Amino acid sequence: MWTFVSPRIVFGEDALDTLATIHGTRALVVTDPGVVELGLADRVVERLVAVGFQIQVFSEVEANPEIPTVQRGATMAAEFEPDWIVGVGGGSPLDAAKAIWVLYERPDLQPAEISPFIDLGLRNKARLVTIPTTSGTGADVTWAIVLSDPIEQRKMGLGNWENAPDLALVDPAMAAGMPKQLTADTGLDALTHAIEGFTSTWHTDMTDGLCAHAAADVFACLPRAVEDGTDMDARTRMHHAATSAGLGFGNSMASMAHAMGHTLGAMLGLPHGRAVSLCLPYTLEFIAREAPERAALLAARIGVSSAGGEQGACTLAQAVRNLAGHIGNPLSLVEAGIDRDGFEAVLEKMVADAENDTQMITSGRAATSAELRRLFEAVYEGNAIGF
Amino acid sequence: MSYRFPSDEWIKELSRLLNESESYASSAQNWEGDFVFEVQPDDAFPESAYLFLGLHHGKSPDAALLASADEKEAAYCVSAPYGTWRKVIDGALDPIQGMMMRKLKLQGDLMKIMRYPKAAKEIVSCCALVPTLWPEA
Repeated sequence: MWTFVSPRIVFGEDALDTLATIHGTRALVVTDPGVVELGLADRVVERLVAVGFQIQVFSEVEANPEIPTVQRGATMAAEFEPDWIVGVGGGSPLDAAKAIWVLYERPDLQPAEISPFIDLGLRNKARLVTIPTTSGTGADVTWAIVLSDPIEQRKMGLGNWENAPDLALVDPAMAAGMPKQLTADTGLDALTHAIEGFTSTWHTDMTDGLCAHAAADVFACLPRAVEDGTDMDARTRMHHAATSAGLGFGNSMASMAHAMGHTLGAMLGLPHGRAVSLCLPYTLEFIAREAPERAALLAARIGVSSAGGEQGACTLAQAVRNLAGHIGNPLSLVEAGIDRDGFEAVLEKMVADAENDTQMITSGRAATSAELRRLFEAVYEGNAIGF
Repeated sequence: MSYRFPSDEWIKELSRLLNESESYASSAQNWEGDFVFEVQPDDAFPESAYLFLGLHHGKSPDAALLASADEKEAAYCVSAPYGTWRKVIDGALDPIQGMMMRKLKLQGDLMKIMRYPKAAKEIVSCCALVPTLWPEA
């Protein structure tokens, strides 16, 4: 027995106009300064004001949102008493919106207590709308919340089924202005979600199709979206692929590349999508030595390789490298500009954090501390995995 | 040799296997918190049982079948019917998924336990290594 969680999703051209149909009086818009500067938050605010909403905007969310930030947002919510929380942005504002919503509804909880093992009892005060402005996070449809603990310099995987959004508005126009590098990083994030969602040990019949479809579309469309930002067909398919992958991995979990990528991002300052996708080919090769079946099946299903077994899985890993290289992303930490001393200074903490990241439990192959150390070394140098 | 579940011998064998596991030792090196596993009666096993597993800094210093839940104090209690425990030990049910679906109920400091997912997985892996004799078999 397992379950599948999804918000109502409105997608495609003019999906944003659905804001005119929600009923309420006060909306707290949770976003970041970049989204405000680009005028994307205004598009949301204008539509809500037009149907009579009073608005407050919390735009303090930083990349990799920190616990004190969401606590400040929850304080604003407690004072404003919104009946809707509206998250607008990439993964960071959307995760922050979820956390602010939970803490607004349940002020008795600490952020670290938001777990799937308790009943939260949400939707007594407000409901949640998510509006992605990047094509990668999938946070618009997942119940996961990733917050950073600034004291321990660690990302925490939190969440509960109840904090899945009520409504996701997946409007490609909201992501159409992404610059090349952001398009590349977030697109590879979507690919990592799709591949890890398919290869996770918690994958199901309900998630496989979503993940496979999303992976195929990212391989097909991401180069076009990066090379020509005005290609709205590519942009739209990437935007939808990101949400499909989110539905998939959001219900089957991500895996080892996320466990390693979370701490890489936190310790070395890499954007989330670049960090997790950088790890992905290495973790695919590592898992392929003992459990290649799922990756090989995905490779066959999306037309990357019909070889099966370890060869099929490793061909998928190479296809990920080829795509990342084609769109100009780094294939190693050396290429990402990380110096050796900086890497070695944080290596042991990254090993410990990855080992205890919640995403590690769904890996098809468990890694010892020594193996994780070798994996990080391989990611640093760009060496394929042979162990 | 097989060990009847639930029994004093079974939980002591699990404790022994954990003490042999380098992987558990490294993943739980800072862990402090004992567990009680409550086996609730069902059609296949119409009795209650309480298995105590001491866990401290990557080792399991003691383990025992208890006469009642409050015989020994423990930081965590995981409760489930006998049939659910059998699925976990057989590897047919991921205990974390089981807890998410409320098939197993966990009491204790969740914030702490969420920081040791690998250690939890190692305990389950060791459960599967205990040669188990099922009372209804």
